[in-house]
Order: sequence, then structure tokens, then C-alpha cells
Amino acid sequence: MSETRSDVIPRAAAGGRATSAPIMGRAAEPTIFELSESGRSSYQLRTTGIPERSLADLIPGDHLRPEAPPLAEVSERDLVAHFTRLSARQFSVDLGAYPLGSCTMKYNPKVCDAVAGLAGLAQVHPGAPAHLVQGWLEILVDLEAALCEITGMAAATLQPAAGAAGELTGLLLMRAWHDANGEQRRRVIIPDSAHGTNPASVTLGGYEVTTVPSDERGCVDMAALRSVLDTDVAGIMLTNPNTLGLFEEDIAEVAEAVHEVGGLLYYDGANLNAILGVVRPGDMGFDIVHMNLHKTFATPHGGGGPGAGPVAVSERLVDFLPGPKPARLDDESGDRFGWITPPRSIGRVHGWHGNALVLARALTYIEVHGADGLRRVAERAVLNANWIRRRLAGSFDVAYDRPCMHEVVFSASALRKDEGIKALDVAKRLLEEGFHSPTVYFPLIVDEALMIEPTETESPQTLEALADALERIVAEARSGDHSATEAPRTTPVRRVDEARAARTLVPTFDARGD
Amino acid sequence: MADYLPHTDAEVATMLEFLGLASTEQLFAVVPEALKVQAGLELAAGQSEPDVFARMESLAEQNLARADRMVCFAGGGAYDHEVPSVVRALGGRSEFMTAYTPYQPEVAQGVLQAVFEFQTMAARLAGLPVANASLYDGASALVEGVNLGVAASGRPTVWVSAGVHPHQRAVLATFAKGTGHELVEVPLEDGVTRWPSDGGQPGVIVAAYPNYLGCLEDLGAVRALADQHGAIMVVAADPVSAGIVRSAGDWGADVVVGEGQAFGTPLGFGGPYLGLFACTLAQVRRLPGRLVGETVDTEGTRAYVTTLRAREQDIRREKATSNVCTNQTLMAVVAAIQLGWLGTRGLAEVARRCALGAHYCHDALVALDGVEPLTPGASFVREFAIRTPIPARTASERLAEEGFLAGLVLADLTGEGGDGSVSADGAEHGLLVAVTERRTRTQIDAFVGALDKAVR
Repeated sequence: MSETRSDVIPRAAAGGRATSAPIMGRAAEPTIFELSESGRSSYQLRTTGIPERSLADLIPGDHLRPEAPPLAEVSERDLVAHFTRLSARQFSVDLGAYPLGSCTMKYNPKVCDAVAGLAGLAQVHPGAPAHLVQGWLEILVDLEAALCEITGMAAATLQPAAGAAGELTGLLLMRAWHDANGEQRRRVIIPDSAHGTNPASVTLGGYEVTTVPSDERGCVDMAALRSVLDTDVAGIMLTNPNTLGLFEEDIAEVAEAVHEVGGLLYYDGANLNAILGVVRPGDMGFDIVHMNLHKTFATPHGGGGPGAGPVAVSERLVDFLPGPKPARLDDESGDRFGWITPPRSIGRVHGWHGNALVLARALTYIEVHGADGLRRVAERAVLNANWIRRRLAGSFDVAYDRPCMHEVVFSASALRKDEGIKALDVAKRLLEEGFHSPTVYFPLIVDEALMIEPTETESPQTLEALADALERIVAEARSGDHSATEAPRTTPVRRVDEARAARTLVPTFDARGD
Repeated sequence: MADYLPHTDAEVATMLEFLGLASTEQLFAVVPEALKVQAGLELAAGQSEPDVFARMESLAEQNLARADRMVCFAGGGAYDHEVPSVVRALGGRSEFMTAYTPYQPEVAQGVLQAVFEFQTMAARLAGLPVANASLYDGASALVEGVNLGVAASGRPTVWVSAGVHPHQRAVLATFAKGTGHELVEVPLEDGVTRWPSDGGQPGVIVAAYPNYLGCLEDLGAVRALADQHGAIMVVAADPVSAGIVRSAGDWGADVVVGEGQAFGTPLGFGGPYLGLFACTLAQVRRLPGRLVGETVDTEGTRAYVTTLRAREQDIRREKATSNVCTNQTLMAVVAAIQLGWLGTRGLAEVARRCALGAHYCHDALVALDGVEPLTPGASFVREFAIRTPIPARTASERLAEEGFLAGLVLADLTGEGGDGSVSADGAEHGLLVAVTERRTRTQIDAFVGALDKAVR
């Protein structure tokens, strides 16, 4: 038991221990294709009364396919059982704590889903004229205003469908700005702790990546930064707090140095949750900000999407934003809301207007919380992360020993050296305890990284249980029990052969060899 | 006031004490004082759920363009298809909705297997051996398809048919500013692409099938052209039409992309939708985004996992095939459920009914005085464009008053002056009409009657 052990949280308190594991799941589920029985069906369609004609009379023969593309043929009852059984083989936030660092897996309020399900939102065609979609336009205009206030920026585009799309949009805005100034700059600076999407987006934005190292505090190394700054630098992409969960204290100095050579500052909003109502990217000196609404504003992650990645900009970039964008119109006689295209717009970045139903969820979340509630979100997220950090300081090395923001990065380096138990083993063993694993092996600059982001919606009792579980895992390994290398043993499947999946690629049922 | 934070005040105090802090403010001691928000954000105070819900409900009521209240003939990449109760119930399960990307496959077999089933269905509809786990929407899938094509051919010149949806062409143009691809728009003539017989050396050739005006293109000619130039053939294909027409893969496409909204996802004012992406095995290592593969666990039990991960941004970083991380997994799961519900015969029947309805509607409309087909002679499946004698926008406004979402005004898609797909006159007078399996004869007859009055 560690000396930082806290017994101050009442152990007997009911509720809040989100540790249950799926009750089913050890039995393998056949694919829907194996459940298929020729002649079975579940679809039912409207009676249309449209006179029958042969397809051959409507469509030229060389375009018609001789037979229907094969899908599965199952009854509705089988369909329900199949997908319900699959759902029982899946961990989710609603089931239990999901301390996956950098992903902000907080609880998603159900009212947001109810709003997204309103027929007056969900059944609206995106190509309809503005006067028939005034409610939608008002939602988008209000959301843009709220996001600008939260980030301290002047205007935003809601089109980008996810964070990476927002990054690329931001880089194209950067390019448009330099182009407008008649400048050809080639490089974008990224710290070595950055998310992988950053460098990938930089390449697609037509720039070259220059990586700067982190210093001993886990922050951007100012001297190294200055040494790579020149007029060839288009800008810098930063996450603040960074992916180590640490606040870049020198941010004002970074901003000044980058602006001095004519570069722009890009804020990766992946970690915005930590600073809601506390400090704003605009006030730190950033010019471009993307937000991951699915993280910070609690829209469900859907097993890996949909998300939404709006991009907000400072005054000087407003004219370059993607269009058309929703706007409040001054025209008193006509519609209150309509579409405008900024004068020097980089163009569309989405097929329509963005992931609208995700955007409506985010506005709902923001309005329920309000200024006070959003600030409390950041406070509790940071409180929970620091509590975990201190509570587990005796079990793991903390990568950087200073107060963290919303997440903390531990290292299992010593455990690996002493006992042969890797971060991956700890992660897999934790699954047996009913928790989702932390993010492992990221950021890349921390050896055997275990990145924990508890989020604000987990109770002290859940944190206690999570810490207990991790302590137990370490104690077990330290006592010579190395069975964690075989974990997980209680999950729907055991450790998965990833090498075989890549070597013998079976990406569809039809590619199966047997 | 209202929030979702479980901590009691006493617990917060206890936790702060454990950290040796006197106040929550001290949690942010590392943030320079001068940068901090001083008086709080200028947002309204938090409101209760029912208060916020009531406001959102009243905003929703102000949207009139609803497929559940108006009769929808609007399409253009977003369609009013049947979404049965069973698909809504299963797709709304919180195990699917509130999971994240399946980084820990041992506790993510549900999503992984559902996506594997989706990939199988998407590949079969595309007529190609591999489909990925989804991209954002049809437009983003097209952008990624072109990126793959340029990487594979090593040539940045891209011939794009003007039959590709104007919004998708616009997105392609935006992102080409970063990648430096040279886009050459190939115009339509009477609704189908007029490919150049010589000139230039494209690395990628992009067609749509059917194209956005609804017309069926000669993909055999596109394949021949791609062979002639050693180019990669990318087709933006409508996956519903694939229920009755040959798949783009069958025509020889190297990459098939598409918009999968039709499979269980509501119109939702344009998103979130579902980007479909399929390719040949030769290109699988250039595939963008996530891919689920089948394998086994340590006990030999069948299992699923995301695979060929070395292509992806979190591993390959600036050399990744794409920057995509979050995709549209939930929509992919929903599509697998919807296609499971439809089954082999159901999808074919939906496509057949769309075609029957569209042709019935088309024939009745062009029989009206002054209404003409915009692309005479071209074959279509489920969507077609007509020329109205008065500006289409006026016709559309009048029809809206009668309870019809008349279809898309072409000028809204192409701009007032038209583009490579339609002339300025075609843009002003063109109306793009879509008919899904949900439209009845009574509705179509009423629509035709209303349009007849509206254009006088």
C-alpha cells in the first residue's frame, strides 16, 4: 500500500463505483452472414401504388446487374438478437469508467441525444432553402457565438467533421493568410509530444514538419523553439495543456516569438476540457483553434465517431473561413438567418454544413452548463486528474513531477525493468477489473506511458476503485505474480493476435480462408 | 446549477485537502494570472434540462423543411429513406453510442465485429474486395480517394467529371490547395461526361455513377481512358442504386467512394453522414482511415481488431496515408444494421421502387406544358433534373407553400452561372428531383399537379 494512500473518501458510500463488466460475452457471436438463411427477410416497405414496370424498360441492359448484390437474409428477431449480443461484447462509457487519456471519455447527457432525435432537427433536408430552416440556422449561429466566447476568438466555421478535419482546415487557413500576404512559407512547427493527427495534417496542408523537443518540465523547449524560428515558418501547432497533461506556462512567450517571425499559432483543442472558463486560447495568443465537440462538449463518441471539429479564428482570419456559413441577417423585413460566404473564403470543407446533429448536441450541453457549469467541468476534471496523480505516485513513476491539468501520464518503466510487466500488461489487466484501459505508449516521449484522463464525471468512489485496482495490479507484479502478461482473462476474447490480422488480411467475410 | 458532476462539496473539500490545496483556484496555479478569464465567460448561466429542451424544441419547430411533415422530393446526396423502428432501436444502444475507437479489442468486439460486417457489405456493394471502416461523408471519401489515386499513380493531375456533386467538387478543390493536386474539370454534355480524347496525362480520373444529375455514365469508357493513361479510376457511386445497377467495381473502378446516409442515417441537416470507401487489394496499403480485420485471440477464438495500423496517423505521423482519426463508426454500425434489415432482396427492392417511382414521376412531370427534361436522352435510376418554365427557385418556393420539398434548385448547387454540369439557364431553371421508396403514387400525383400550377 502506498504512502500517499487516502482513506478519507468514505469507502462505504453507495453508488459511483462504475466497475461492472459485461455480463455476457464469452460466447463467440457468428457473423450476420453465418446467421443468414436464404428466403428469410425482415424488411417491410410502404405500399406505393405506383404501376409496375419492368426494370429493363427503364434502365439500359448493360447497366443492370443480373442479380441483387448479396447481403444477409435474417428475420427481425435474429437481427435484434445478433446486434444486442454484439453490444454485450462492448465496453462503453455508460457501462463504466473509461479513463482513456487524451480522449475525454466523459458521461454523455441523455438530453443531448433527445434533442438530436427531435424530428424538427433530424428530419430536415440540408438542401432546403434558408427560410424553411430558420431554427437550424439559429442553433448554428448560437453555437458559433458560444464557441467563440469559450475560446476567445472572433468567428468560427462549424463545417469540419472531426478534429483532424479541423486541423487541416486550420492549416489551409494558415496557408490562405500567408498567400494573401504574398508569402511562401514552407514549415510548421510541432512539439514532439503532439498527437499524430498534427503531423499528418501538416503534410496534407502542403507543409513540412519541424519537430521541437520538450524540455525537462515536459513543455516546449524555448531555446530549441527559437533556434528553428525564421520567416520560413508558417506557424506552430500546440495543444495546451499539452498531451502530457501539462500547461505550457511559457505560452505568452511562445506566441510572441512565433508572431515575431510572422507565423501563426494553431491551438489543437483536444484538451480544451481542462481550461473551460479558466483561460482562453485567444487570450494566450492563438490565431486558429479547433475543438473536438465529441470530447469537450460530451457528444457520444459512437465507437470512433461521429465527432465534430469546428475551427475558430482571430479577427484577421475571419474573411478566410469556409463558406457558406450561417449568419444572423440585418435585413429586418426578411429572414432572421441566412447563409453568407466570407469574402476570401478557402471554400467548402464539408459536403453540407458540418455534423449538424452533433452540433445541436453540443449547444444543448453548453446551455445546460452555462458559464458557471463549464468552469466547474474544468475544475473537477483537473481535480480528479491530480487526485489520481497523487494517489498513484507510490505505484508508478510520474513522467513529469508537477501538477497536471485534466490528465496525467505515468510510466511503467520501472515495473517493466524490475518485473517484466509492461504498460500494455497493466492496461490489459485493468480490463479484468471492469475499467477501460488508459491510453498506452502515448505520448511517444514517455517510456511505457500510461495516460489517465479520469474526466469530471467520475465520482471520488470510482476514482478510489480505479486507483485500488491499479495498486493491486502493481502489488501483484511486485510480489512475483506476473500473470498480468496473460490478461485479460475475463473479457469476451483474450489478447488478440494483431500480427496475424496484418499478415493474413481478412477485411471482409468473403476474404475468409476457411 | 444543473450539471452531471457527482462530487459533493464535502468530497471536493476532502480531495483538495489530500492535494494540499486550499481552493479549486489553486488547481490552476500554473496558469499565468494575466491570461486567466477574470470575470467568467460571457455566457448565460446554466439552465435546467427541461428549460433547454423546451428551447431546442421550439427552435426545431421553426424548421419547416421536415421530411415528416412535407413531402420530400429533395435528394442531391441526402435522401428520405425508410428507417424502421428496429434500426433506430439497435443503432441507439448506448453500448455502440458511448464507446470510443476500439483501441482495446478485448472489450470492443461488439463494435469491431459490427464494423467488419459493415465492411463486408460496403465492399460487396462497391464490387471491390476491401472497404474501410468509414470516412466522414461522401465528400471526404472522395478527397481521400483522389489522394490515394495520386499517391498510387505518382501523378498529381486529376480529371474530375462535372457530374460529381458540386459540393464534393468544391471540397476537393479546397483540399487540393494543400496537396497541390491539379484538378481539371471535365464538362457534361446532355447530362453525361464528355471525356477528352487526348491531351494531358491524368494520374486520376473521377466519375460519378449515377452522376449528381441522376444520369448513368458509361464507366466502360472511363476504364478504357484510365487504362490509356495508366490512371487510377475513382468512382463516386450511389450505394442504393447498386441494388439494381452494376457495381462500380464490376465496371473496373480501382476506388469506389460514396455517401452512405441512405442506410439508416436521418437527413439531419447534412450530418453526421457516412463516407464509404472501397478499393482493390493492390491499393490496400494506401487505404485511408481504419480497417477492421479478422484474427484469433490467444486461445484461438475468432476475434476482430483494427489492422494495417502502420498506415495511420498515430503511428506513421507525417507519412501517414491520411490524417483521419475519428471517423463515423456509429453510422457504419447503423448501416450494417439497416442493410441487415433490408437483406439481399430488400436492398434490390428499395432500389427498384426508387427507379419505378422516379420514372413515373419524371414521365408525368415532363408531360406538363412547358416542363422539359434537362438531360434528354440520358438514362437515370432514382433522380433526374427537369427544366421549369419559370425560375426553379420560384417554383420551389411556391411548392413549399403547398407542402412539398420540391427538389434541389440547381443554382443552389452550382452557383447562379452554372458550371461544367449545366449552363446558366440550366442552373436557373433546373430542378433536381429525387424519388425514394417512401413516395406513393398519391403523393407523386399531387406533386405533379402542384408543380403544374406553380410554374404557370
